[in-house]
Amino acid sequence: MNYYKVKSILKSSFLHIFLMTVAMACLFPLFWMLRSALMTNETVFVDKSFIPQTLHFENFIHAWEQGNFGTYFLNSIIYTTSVVFCIVIIASLAAYAFSRLKFPGKNLFFYMFVLALMIPLPGSFVPLVVLMNKLGLANTKLGYILCMVNVGLSMSILLLKTFFDKMSPDLEDAARIDGCGKMRIWWHIALPLARPAIAVIVIFNSLNVWNEYILAQLLLNDKDLMPLQRGIMVFQGAHSVDYPVLMAGLTISVIPIIIVYLAMQKHIIKGLSSGAVVG
Amino acid sequence: MISNKRLTATKSNAQSFAFALPAIAIFSVFYIYPFFDIFRLSFHQWNGISSQKIFVGFENFSDLMQDGIWWKSMWNAGFITLVALTFQNCLAFALALACDREIRLKRFYRVLFFIPPVLSEIVVGLIWSWILYSGMQNGQHIGLFNHFLDKIGLHHLVNNWLSDPKTALPCIAIVHSWKGFGWGFIMLLAGLQTIDRQLYEAAKVDGAGWWSVLKNVTIPMMVPVILVVVILTVLGSMQAFVLILSMVGQGLVYHTDVPVTRILSAMTGTNRFGYACSMGVVFGLILVGVSLGFKMISDRTKQA
Repeated sequence: MNYYKVKSILKSSFLHIFLMTVAMACLFPLFWMLRSALMTNETVFVDKSFIPQTLHFENFIHAWEQGNFGTYFLNSIIYTTSVVFCIVIIASLAAYAFSRLKFPGKNLFFYMFVLALMIPLPGSFVPLVVLMNKLGLANTKLGYILCMVNVGLSMSILLLKTFFDKMSPDLEDAARIDGCGKMRIWWHIALPLARPAIAVIVIFNSLNVWNEYILAQLLLNDKDLMPLQRGIMVFQGAHSVDYPVLMAGLTISVIPIIIVYLAMQKHIIKGLSSGAVVG
Repeated sequence: MISNKRLTATKSNAQSFAFALPAIAIFSVFYIYPFFDIFRLSFHQWNGISSQKIFVGFENFSDLMQDGIWWKSMWNAGFITLVALTFQNCLAFALALACDREIRLKRFYRVLFFIPPVLSEIVVGLIWSWILYSGMQNGQHIGLFNHFLDKIGLHHLVNNWLSDPKTALPCIAIVHSWKGFGWGFIMLLAGLQTIDRQLYEAAKVDGAGWWSVLKNVTIPMMVPVILVVVILTVLGSMQAFVLILSMVGQGLVYHTDVPVTRILSAMTGTNRFGYACSMGVVFGLILVGVSLGFKMISDRTKQA
């Protein structure tokens, strides 16, 4: 073996040790969560072995039933699907109008959405909660859904508009000549063509709604209305020492995220990467 | 004839506007209205319930200027941001550099590094506060980290990590970086991959070493992407607060509060809605100032 070969092997093993250490540091807390979820209240405080001797899967049943995580989980599913569905429809309609159609004040309205993305407004939840109380929408599913639709709207409109702007209008022109109305062109041509952009919107908004906490805390007081993140904090407040069941609850909330992420990671990384290079 | 044409044009405009109407309606009610309301409320004294709002002019703002906990919370957020800018972004850049080559398991690493960013701050905070748990039972440390320190003979380092005012904020900052470095990694890696490989070849032919290639080729080419990552890190870290709620709650007021948790406690703790809004306005203006500053820097580098 010559000097260069040794050097290159050394270099690549050094790199792998570095990368592998960080990768393990990413996974370890999740592993520790799962491990703690499979222990009992007695063993979880004393036993520090990586794989406990007996595995207690009943913690998941406790979390799901007594811990109310079944309800929270179902609510999270309802919130995520309905918010994402509304965002896709509303944002793609608006983005299509901003990109292809003509009406007075079009640019003004579009810049309004862009500006909202550029001005950070911490504490906007204060007047928002006041408003929701006034409208009688506080502590309702509808109120939370509408607020979350608003949260994702600007970004989604901007993303879709840039996509429509780059898309060739030939197909739409052909459809228009054949007598297709705007609505049908949007539904039958623009929307199917925008599938890659819609995929990005669906993924990022799903993650965002699933993980949202603060509006859920401020708007929802009823346990039957709470999504997972809020429910976890309520459970933690009431049973602060019941670590196995808490960790089981956390695992329940993490599993769908990990599955969606692993299935969609190509889109996620592509979406982020294009954002980085454009931005 | 002409009026007929005008009529169809109006009808067509109305149809087109109808496409954007749902978005504009939701946005006006849930974004624009609160946006202006936060300014209006910031000039009032109001407990959130009573029908009477007392106009107090700039009193909330002058109170805020003298609010020591508020400015301390700003420093705390600044500290988290500083850790994120240095530790988190340097780690992200080093990992991106390591992955920007023909290396085995590249996709595996890329998938794993982005797991923490997809988790919620609640989940991340609770798992880490469990690992950093400081209680003891039968002379044994319950939390894994203290147990580990004890076992490897560093028992003098054992600490109440999240209840000791000195260590709570650094712990939060490090967990924040753990959760966030994946974002920077993906963005920086995407930036690195757009650099023309021929530049590296040319530098190598000229006899440049690893460090000099990094300093003279890679970093200058990466300035725009680095700036984007820096801006996003600053805006994101200054406003991060859910992690604090899930790791330490709102108990260590002076030591772990950040501006957003101050706004929350003014609103839900002491029912001072007007004061909470004035905090939001001041903090928002500071953040806008920071982003404008970065924008100027970024424009200047583009000219040069």
